Amino acid sequence: MTPYIGTAISRIDGHAKVTGGAKYAAEFNVPGLVHAFVVVSAITKGSIARIDASEALRVEGVVDVLTHENRPRMADTDDAYKDDVAPDGTPYRPLYDSKIMFSGQPVALVLAEEWEIARFAASLVHVKYEQEAHLTDLYCQREVAFALPEPAKPRGDAAKAFAAADVRHQGEYYVPIEHHNPMELYASTVTWDGGGKLTVYDKTQGVQNVQRYVCSIFGMKPDDVRVMSPYVGGAFGSGLRPQYQVVLAVLAARALERPVRLVLTRQQMYSLGYRPAMIQRIELGASAGGTLDTVTHEAITVTSQYEDFFRNETTWSGLLYRSANAKYTHKLTRLDLPTSCDMRGPSATTGVYALESAMDELAVALRLDPLELRLRCYSDRDQNNGDLPFSSKNLLECYRQGAEIFGWAKRNREPRSMRDGSELVGWGMATGVWEALQVPITVRIVLTANGHAEVACATSDIGTGTYTIMAQVAADALGLPLDNISIKLGDSTLPQSPVEGGSWIAASVSNGIVTTCNAIREELLVLAKNLPGSPLANATRDEVTLLDGRLVNRRDASRALSIAEVMRVSGVDRIAQEKSTSFANDGKHAHNTHSALFAEVKIDEQLGVIRVTRVVSAVAAGRILNPKTAHSQVMGGVVWGIGVALHEETLIDHRFGRVMNANIAEYHIPVNADIQDIKVIFVEEQDNIVNRLGVKGLGEIGLVGVAAAIANAIYHATGKRVRDLPITIDKLQR
Amino acid sequence: MNSFQYSRASDVADAVRQMGADPTAKFIAGGTNLLDLMKEDVERPTLLIDITRLPLRSVEATPGGGVRIGALVPNSDLSYHPLIEQRYPVVSSAIRAGASQQLRNMATTGGNLLQRTRCAYFYDAVTPCNKRVPGSGCSAINGINRGHAILGMSDSCIATHPSDMCVALAALDATVHVAGPNGERAIDLADFHRLPGDTPERDTNLDRDEIITAIELPARGFAKNYTYLKIRDRLSYAFALVSVAVGLEMDGDTIRQARLALGGVAHKPWRDSEVEAALNGQVASPETFERAADLLLRPAKGFAHNTFKIDLARRAAVRALTQAANGTPQSQSSKKIV
Ligand SMILES: Cc1cc2nc3c(=O)[nH]c(=O)nc-3n(C[C@H](O)[C@H](O)[C@H](O)COP(=O)(O)OP(=O)(O)OC[C@H]3O[C@@H](n4cnc5c(N)ncnc54)[C@H](O)[C@@H]3O)c2cc1C
Ligand code: SF4
Repeated sequence: MTPYIGTAISRIDGHAKVTGGAKYAAEFNVPGLVHAFVVVSAITKGSIARIDASEALRVEGVVDVLTHENRPRMADTDDAYKDDVAPDGTPYRPLYDSKIMFSGQPVALVLAEEWEIARFAASLVHVKYEQEAHLTDLYCQREVAFALPEPAKPRGDAAKAFAAADVRHQGEYYVPIEHHNPMELYASTVTWDGGGKLTVYDKTQGVQNVQRYVCSIFGMKPDDVRVMSPYVGGAFGSGLRPQYQVVLAVLAARALERPVRLVLTRQQMYSLGYRPAMIQRIELGASAGGTLDTVTHEAITVTSQYEDFFRNETTWSGLLYRSANAKYTHKLTRLDLPTSCDMRGPSATTGVYALESAMDELAVALRLDPLELRLRCYSDRDQNNGDLPFSSKNLLECYRQGAEIFGWAKRNREPRSMRDGSELVGWGMATGVWEALQVPITVRIVLTANGHAEVACATSDIGTGTYTIMAQVAADALGLPLDNISIKLGDSTLPQSPVEGGSWIAASVSNGIVTTCNAIREELLVLAKNLPGSPLANATRDEVTLLDGRLVNRRDASRALSIAEVMRVSGVDRIAQEKSTSFANDGKHAHNTHSALFAEVKIDEQLGVIRVTRVVSAVAAGRILNPKTAHSQVMGGVVWGIGVALHEETLIDHRFGRVMNANIAEYHIPVNADIQDIKVIFVEEQDNIVNRLGVKGLGEIGLVGVAAAIANAIYHATGKRVRDLPITIDKLQR
Repeated sequence: MNSFQYSRASDVADAVRQMGADPTAKFIAGGTNLLDLMKEDVERPTLLIDITRLPLRSVEATPGGGVRIGALVPNSDLSYHPLIEQRYPVVSSAIRAGASQQLRNMATTGGNLLQRTRCAYFYDAVTPCNKRVPGSGCSAINGINRGHAILGMSDSCIATHPSDMCVALAALDATVHVAGPNGERAIDLADFHRLPGDTPERDTNLDRDEIITAIELPARGFAKNYTYLKIRDRLSYAFALVSVAVGLEMDGDTIRQARLALGGVAHKPWRDSEVEAALNGQVASPETFERAADLLLRPAKGFAHNTFKIDLARRAAVRALTQAANGTPQSQSSKKIV
């Protein structure tokens, strides 16, 4: 039997998804469901002076209108609102008091027998505000941004080295606020199970995080709240923290003692988290020979007035390339917006964009091919972290294979030197990097005598293919056909899992499955040894493997027993094991994934219309569990990167503090016409150190570096460097 | 969204009668614009009069050599109709440059004419907007105005008309047929949409109780030398920053008749008879086109974010004239600009 791991298996949940069998949070129907609609704040800062819901309450079919004045009791301490991944600060409490901290903040919840009635009645809730002056513009606040603790220890003397460098580049790069825009709207359906018990169907990346959060806010016992999220229509980080709709839906269910559903509108989703806007400054100093002497990376990012969310954009710079001197500073500015949050490739998508744009500019200053510059600055150690070697790093092969497939050698270094009829042609490249993270996780497996296994873990599949890779790993480790494996996830009552994020779940859960499978195998071996005349009587633990439905001695394949037979004769009809796996870091290696990106753009010389005609993404991310789902992840990352480079931008009118393009007609992401040839390559990268399976995860890495490769290609085509994203047609004309 | 009544019109006269009887009623055709505006509480009709069953779905040749298009012909049907593809390809092309296939399947000819501006403030019922609430002020003039008008705007409103199809119809000298309580009348498309002036709340010269029944195209279709060139922020499914419809009648290298209309730049499709007159009789050449484009954009004025549109429109006009003169119209499926 060929192993499933490494095979391009189609998603096992694909059929359910395309036939509508897969149910999402807003699709669970229960009799007597009450529909909720949120009334949101029209002002950005101040307080609610008065809410008049009388007209709404008179509408037939309206059950109630909840506000901060009449809501049931909720916890009154900050700690109670801190979810597993909350940043420092005072978490936002939905419908708690009269204070308004951002535009679009919920101020009332209309509950009605029909959704249309709730929405109509919501337009009849009249709110009077006491308005205060607000600030939402990073550029107005950059001078008052406050410094965070040093992101990483500096090395050498960056300023001195910069002053002394043969060739210098410094530049400031801007990334606007971006919103996640998953296809599925944020939604919660709460069923009232009697006796104060609730089941919450929620759109989330972490059911157990939501479960603890809900229990803590409402003072409920863990057994009284079950959170389910079997399918998630994308989240990209926006579902790491519980969102306000789950609080409001539970609040309403408790107030009415009835089941409640709340679905946010697309517009309302622009008042959840977002990728923070940021200004980054990079200083690079190099020797004439093209090696890096120094790198300084400064970032100013935005958050809310009440929580300090940030990630380390800056330290990627001193990790990616060898440099004796490095310095990082990160400042934060608090604005009257909701708290910013993680969005795919948080910190790297943006930090590496700035770094890789700056490296391209340095290459120009050095009159060096940009790929050659990367090779001269190549680092095989993590200088930020004790100069540790990497558990594996096959970035060189990414560069080599990517460049070859792209045809990079044929590039003419001069900007504006390549053309195709009326179009200028530009070729740009960049590097991507991410961490290979892993987190403690618990997996339960129940093997039944008919040769089926159920694998259970409270993790999520946010659309990445977790169901499928879990089944592949379990099928291989148990020696069973894929069809005999069923996967349970997205249920808070299942064995422990942290939120799905940071690209850590594939590595964590697959190794977790192996741990539990090993325990199953050992239990089977004990049974097998006890059978009369057992051919495995003398086999040791390590000698035995599970293959094709049998327990087999590796050294002598003729010594084997059928699993079903062992269980039947032993009188055992099920074997259940639940094991936790944690990942001890040996402290001697850095764990990262890498990529090399090559992009071609064609730009109409007269009109400035940009087309991204080719992208090659070569990825080194350890062992690839499923080339098909992996390919989709990376291809999706490339598409997203095209959006980051050319399209995505949340437009806020700072006079009102409001998002003015809060819909997916006007908030642009790439459409099919924007996407042409995308090639994804996975280079061989064997890693015997990172974990038993050598798996590193690849959700985020697909996006990191893409925007820079495209920005660099645009420079190469036009000779024009645009340092603020997105690169739109007007900026090429400036 | 407010609560509303729904009724179906049995014929055109009934539609007009129902509309006359209820001052807060609205016709609904494809609903692709009206329903969005209702969800945003921008439009709050108390009665929706469904006109989709009226017999206004045919495309017919007229005795005068033109074509009469029923107001309810879906945008996609119109775009792929053989008469239109053969005789008025600029209309086919302009329609396909707009929205998405799904929207074009729903959207109707009449509705397309009456779609409202995409100005973000108009859509956000919380911010001041003279078009939505007369006298409340224009948030765009000193706000986010990257997509706004560079021609024909007023101190009250700088919004643009978003339609692609209308730009082609304007270039072709289409006529709008309407029916009202006092019978039928015809309005030149050029006079159908208004400039904002100090009544930006009125997009068109259609009276409230009138219904569009048809669009008529005259015989001259410019089927040989035409183009529709649309410049936008992504390669499909975005409104025009600038678009250009061109129709030329050529005699060898000489332009006998020129039509040139801009979209995305004003409160209505923008034509300038002086510019067209200046093209007539000229030899098609880069200099001729540059001169015409300069003349066309001479009155243009930009705001904080949209000044780039002036030069972009100028260049796009030159390119579109070139495409039309060369007989190489812009393809709407390949996004490479020819
Ligand atoms: C996401 C999105 C993107 C789009 N992109 C583009 C684009 O790129 N280019 C473009 O041109 N368009 C675009 N559109 C707009 C689309 O073309 C219009 O919404 C559509 O043409 C309107 O037609 P309808 O039949 O659906 O109108 P409806 O929404 O039904 O009606 C619009 C208005 O016209 C009135 N009305 C309709 N028919 C008649 C009639 N016969 N007589 C009198 N009044 C009538 C209605 O009362 C209403 O006020 C886009 C729309 C969306 C939602
Ligand atoms: S430009 Fe017109 S539509 Fe836009 S805010 Fe001003 S008045 Fe309203």
